[in-house]
Amino acid sequence: MECTDGLHLSRRGVLAGGVASVAVAAAPAAEARLASAAPPAMMPVSLEVNGRHHDLRLDPRTTLLDTLRDHLQLTGTKKGCDHGQCGACTVIVNGHRINSCLSLAVQHDRDRITTIEGLGTPDRLHPMQAAFVRHDGFQCGYCTPGQICSAVAVLDEIKAGIPSHVSHDLATPMRPTNTELRERMSGNICRCGAYSNIAEAITEVAGAAA
Amino acid sequence: MKAFTYERATSPAAAAAAVAGRPGAKFLAGGTNLLDLMKLEIETPTHLVDVQDLKFDRIDATADGGLRVGAFVSNTALSADPRVMRDYAVLTRAIQAGASGQLRNKATTAGNLLQRTRCPYFYDTNQPCNKRSPGSGCAAIGGYSRQLAVIGTSDQCIATYPGDMAVALRVLDASVETIDPKGAVRTIPLADFHRLPGKSPEIDTVLAPGELITAVTLPRPLGGRHVYRKVRDRASYAFALVSVAAVIQPDGTGRVAFGGVAPRPWRSPAADAALPHGGAAVVAQAFAGAKPTRDNAFKLPLATRTLAAALTPARTA
Repeated sequence: MECTDGLHLSRRGVLAGGVASVAVAAAPAAEARLASAAPPAMMPVSLEVNGRHHDLRLDPRTTLLDTLRDHLQLTGTKKGCDHGQCGACTVIVNGHRINSCLSLAVQHDRDRITTIEGLGTPDRLHPMQAAFVRHDGFQCGYCTPGQICSAVAVLDEIKAGIPSHVSHDLATPMRPTNTELRERMSGNICRCGAYSNIAEAITEVAGAAA
Repeated sequence: MKAFTYERATSPAAAAAAVAGRPGAKFLAGGTNLLDLMKLEIETPTHLVDVQDLKFDRIDATADGGLRVGAFVSNTALSADPRVMRDYAVLTRAIQAGASGQLRNKATTAGNLLQRTRCPYFYDTNQPCNKRSPGSGCAAIGGYSRQLAVIGTSDQCIATYPGDMAVALRVLDASVETIDPKGAVRTIPLADFHRLPGKSPEIDTVLAPGELITAVTLPRPLGGRHVYRKVRDRASYAFALVSVAAVIQPDGTGRVAFGGVAPRPWRSPAADAALPHGGAAVVAQAFAGAKPTRDNAFKLPLATRTLAAALTPARTA
């Protein structure tokens, strides 16, 4: 249904409102906890994110994920479980995909980071983004940025000869078969269950690149 | 997460001294397990000493024909090293059977060895757990223990060592090299590295406070057929119910270690010696004296069947 009542509610606006009300409710407990400890010293961190240099001062507890979302406003990278179990926060650091929720920003001083915003734009989609659209590789879309960052890195890992649990022969080149792609993408959970279409999207890009 | 201060160490001895000299300090390598536990406030370090700049990121040939793997080498890099894939395939297989691609890219060789148990009661801070909170009791004993250990346990703790990589390292007779705050180095056989819980399950390894792992060494290649077979509740990205690492020679002799069954990778000389007599004989030796719970007694027949599958030559590494 189209919204014609003049209220321009974006999904982000609704989410932000929701978060704000949660924050108000949680404030007394958080204050009590913080009051018992001295404020942590902020630390300088330099990051190169999607080709742009950023100099930040951060609480050492800040994860790379929270840095991207809350300090650099790169909200394409998603927070799912925040414990390395779902893969929604996957980004590419110095060419390797990692869970940005299980990494501190201070561990990445001077590192080169690529997020979903750095792969492509709405006008110039990365081939993997275009393939996800073509193959319906998502429903709600929440896991999609992590899926796509992971998928791009998976094809590089196969090219680099990195084996997987399902690689039959360690002595021959790795191939992007459906079984291989499913195993290699197992760190990215899709609660909508778009897995078969995700595998087809990656297969198409792997074929085009081969 | 509790507040902490952070530094990047500039030399191994300085890193060791920084941790030894400060109660509550911990080393930080990949951080994939430590940060998870810090978010849950199961680990609450007051100071982190990041070891990423210490140049422990190489895999070098040793004089006696083996490999010396730097402590900071990622799980991915170790598993994909051409020498490891060729001569130590059981190690490649074990690493690739664990975690996810993202985690293997970040997790390190030393950090993998030092990962904590995944016992659900260790993770649930509302429950007693002698490993998390010494003296508080063990909710796993008499609790939900399907995933937990069947041998090597004590009346204080029945948690497993959860990893895969160490099970392969155990079968390869790897050693752990360390440096202490005074700069002294020592070599610890992997067989002696993880402790059984006894009366102090909170201490996982024999490392002294501030002792830093610098490398893991592999003796020269064994030849033979290398197998790692893991059984878990789903096909990927789950911890082992039972796993088997084996190196089998053409004459049927060899070595075997089990994962997911004990507080450390489980191997015995008697079990190795029984290999020519088949899987059931091996399991009878390896698990003599096992004390499974009602929930996890299935692990003993599962170990026999997993080993039988691993020993079937059609299923080559």
